[in-house]
Amino acid sequence: MTIQVNGEGRTASVGVTVAELLRELDIRPDRVAVEVNTEVLNRQEFERRGLREGDHVEIISFIGGGAGACGELGDLAIGPLT
Amino acid sequence: MSDDRLIIAGREFKSRLWVGTGKYKDFVETKKAIDTAGADVVTVAVRRVNITDRSKENLLDYLDPKKYTILPNTAGCYTVEDALRYARLARAAGISDLVKLEVIGDERTLFPDTAGLIEAAKILVKEGFIVLPYTNDDPVVAKKLVDIGCPAVMPLAAPIGSGLGIRNPYNLKIILEMVKVPVIVDAGVGTASDATLAMEYGADAVLMNTAIAGARDPIAMAEAMKYAVEAGRLAYRAGRIPRKLYATASSPIEGML
Repeated sequence: MTIQVNGEGRTASVGVTVAELLRELDIRPDRVAVEVNTEVLNRQEFERRGLREGDHVEIISFIGGGAGACGELGDLAIGPLT
Repeated sequence: MSDDRLIIAGREFKSRLWVGTGKYKDFVETKKAIDTAGADVVTVAVRRVNITDRSKENLLDYLDPKKYTILPNTAGCYTVEDALRYARLARAAGISDLVKLEVIGDERTLFPDTAGLIEAAKILVKEGFIVLPYTNDDPVVAKKLVDIGCPAVMPLAAPIGSGLGIRNPYNLKIILEMVKVPVIVDAGVGTASDATLAMEYGADAVLMNTAIAGARDPIAMAEAMKYAVEAGRLAYRAGRIPRKLYATASSPIEGML
């Protein structure tokens, strides 16, 4: 099946959990937050939550920032910026 | 002068200089600037993880959340919905309930959309967030934010990254009189004297990023800011003399030949 992860299409096995996806991507679960179809998950849900065809997954973390969005920080868009 | 503590929503902070973590050359410089500034509150932004290049280091590898208060912001959010989404993601990322709430209203000035800010603050306070709102230097808005349940307010000195210093000192003074919660001057500081002035007026803390990160020597500026904030705070507590138009001699006349 195909899912969207941080805006990019990705092939995943049917029913893959969020925790499995993070392992595949080599991402430490304690450093990130995950949204599936704009629903923010609790960390305890990572192991349980199975993904389905077409799901939109957003994986976020903290980066350097003061105030306002600044272009040098790379891709900023989770939602629309304007 | 002892016992000068900054307490917000039951948390005690050691430093009255808070810093942002954007615009530094690398994480090593970021950490060195923070430590030189003596800051224990650092702001961070919430962004997508780079899933194609996992070699990139994580900011939290450098900033131990046990040592620093990590204050996630909603920088870059122009709508209430986006600000809520980023705030909820930040909380889910597991640091704390603290959020520096920004709802930006205009791209060129990055001035806050205060109507959106109040709306978003109301919702987040109800959800149990500790909301520190980045707001305009408007005393009425500041008071509304406090009435909603914000345990501190963060009025701007000048537009973010502008380095213009405190553009409206009188409004800032009115805010300091009107609200009974800590006031953190956020954004627009350009150099050390700007930070000192803010503290002399009675601000409880100053938050800055570009003034340090954008300086020719960020580490030296971090040190300057540390002393600037401390000096301003001490002068505020010491109580300055009134301004007078004419001289008052400071040497006695008695004993003159």
